[in-house]
Amino acid sequence: MAEPAYTPNEIMTVAAARLMSNATVCFVGIGLPSAAANLARLTHAPDIVLIYESGTIGAKPEVLPLSIGDGELAEYADTVVSVPEIFRYWLQGGRVTVGFLGAAQIDRFANINTTVIGPYAKPKTRLPGAGGAPEIAAAAGEVFIVLRQNPRAFVDKLDFVTSAGHLTGGDSRAKSGARGKGPTVVITDLGVLKPDPVSKELTLVGLHPGVTAEQAKAATGWKLKVAERLEITTPPSAQELAVLRDLHARTAKAHGQQVGEG
Amino acid sequence: MSKIVSLKQAIAENLRDGDTVAMEGFTHLIPFAAGHEVIRQGRKRLTLIRMTPDIIYDQMIGVGCAERLVFSWGGNPGVGSLHRFRDAVERDWPVPLAIEEHSHADMAARYQAGASGLPFAVLRGYVGSDLPANNPRIKTVTCPFSGEVLAATPAINPDLTVIHAQKADRQGNVLIWGIVGIQKEAVLAAKRAVVTVEEIVDELDAPVNSCILPHWTVNAVCHVPGGAHPSYAHGYYGRDNAFCKAWDGIARERDGFRAWIDKHVLGSVDFAAFRRSIARG
Repeated sequence: MAEPAYTPNEIMTVAAARLMSNATVCFVGIGLPSAAANLARLTHAPDIVLIYESGTIGAKPEVLPLSIGDGELAEYADTVVSVPEIFRYWLQGGRVTVGFLGAAQIDRFANINTTVIGPYAKPKTRLPGAGGAPEIAAAAGEVFIVLRQNPRAFVDKLDFVTSAGHLTGGDSRAKSGARGKGPTVVITDLGVLKPDPVSKELTLVGLHPGVTAEQAKAATGWKLKVAERLEITTPPSAQELAVLRDLHARTAKAHGQQVGEG
Repeated sequence: MSKIVSLKQAIAENLRDGDTVAMEGFTHLIPFAAGHEVIRQGRKRLTLIRMTPDIIYDQMIGVGCAERLVFSWGGNPGVGSLHRFRDAVERDWPVPLAIEEHSHADMAARYQAGASGLPFAVLRGYVGSDLPANNPRIKTVTCPFSGEVLAATPAINPDLTVIHAQKADRQGNVLIWGIVGIQKEAVLAAKRAVVTVEEIVDELDAPVNSCILPHWTVNAVCHVPGGAHPSYAHGYYGRDNAFCKAWDGIARERDGFRAWIDKHVLGSVDFAAFRRSIARG
């Protein structure tokens, strides 16, 4: 069999982009979510509304932002509002259909840690913190999560729950007062996980071509449940790959060119 | 009396040891020049407030200006960790740094409450999060109408807010555009406010709905072109990503960091001199 013509990162980004539609109003996290959301906009979902927490609504960046408040996001946005407005009227007000997040760590109920590794009072590793995630995770209609799958990221127990997924499973989220459905899908470089309809425990439901369920289990810090039938991700099309690579190339060039200016 | 003064004078007159200071900006228009002036004037025991502490707070924390940090996301955007911040939190160097940690939605609401003359902010916040259990300033309040339980946190009213903006006129009216972040709320919530600007012009010539801070809401306006570098000023200059990446190496070790501060920040009389100093390398 020929070597796949794409990297694990590329198929993860493409698979995540395919979750977006023209009707999506997406509150976008920086990094992998931003790459996937913009790939969707540049391919099958040109009318998608991208919202970044810096206050840009309908952002259409030519290159991927390095930071959530880059001028690129404001330049081509439908409108730019203040930070309190973006969180209060647009997120808390219930206008966001998808919250698209990354994470440092995730557990079996798709709770997320971006705060500390180790005890909070004396952390082994201090992570950046919550940012907008706790309220995105609670208020968006549903939440998509994208992150690389390995035992350091997919842990049996989080050191800190920054943002709620399905909490302790079952109906615990429904009882918590969170308005949105919470995480409905987790896309990794190995495959796709979805919460079980009843227990809400993340279950492997799909694999990218060439990946085995054993690999996914080995990359997970808890005993990963595997669906009876696993869907195999359709490989990235030539067009998806071309657009994604072009986006990354433009981004690298643009950020390189700014060097030393100002 | 003119509000337009030197940055040195503005900081000397408006910031004291032990004050609570917010130097705000959301990636855009970060008041770097003002942060350097605080370092040069050797302020101590500050409580620093900022939604997104980045390189300038890393510098202020690394030299020991701060004893407390109130924030919601701390990092070098697109690059990684803040090494001086982490050294202070993880190893108490150069002085212990207490942290008070919130979420963005909460910090924004707290500034709004402060600007609105309210004692606390209310939001649908922190559902299922461990943050309230680790921050005694995140509490709940029950809605007297619906009975819903909501997050409640104290208003932010800094002793001083410092921001950087694009323009001011000669009277000291300030115009800011692009990603305006939390700057208006942070200024209106503060007891005192200092604004550095790219340009001072005769006429702001701004559309009626522009984000303007009238001169009577700020204490001092300082002309500091490039004062947001290495962050960006929309319409003036882009972000210096090379510097932001280089900062990771500069700040990684204590000695290298101190040498850099001594040479470029303390060794320069003002921000223009600092820019020349780092250009020489």
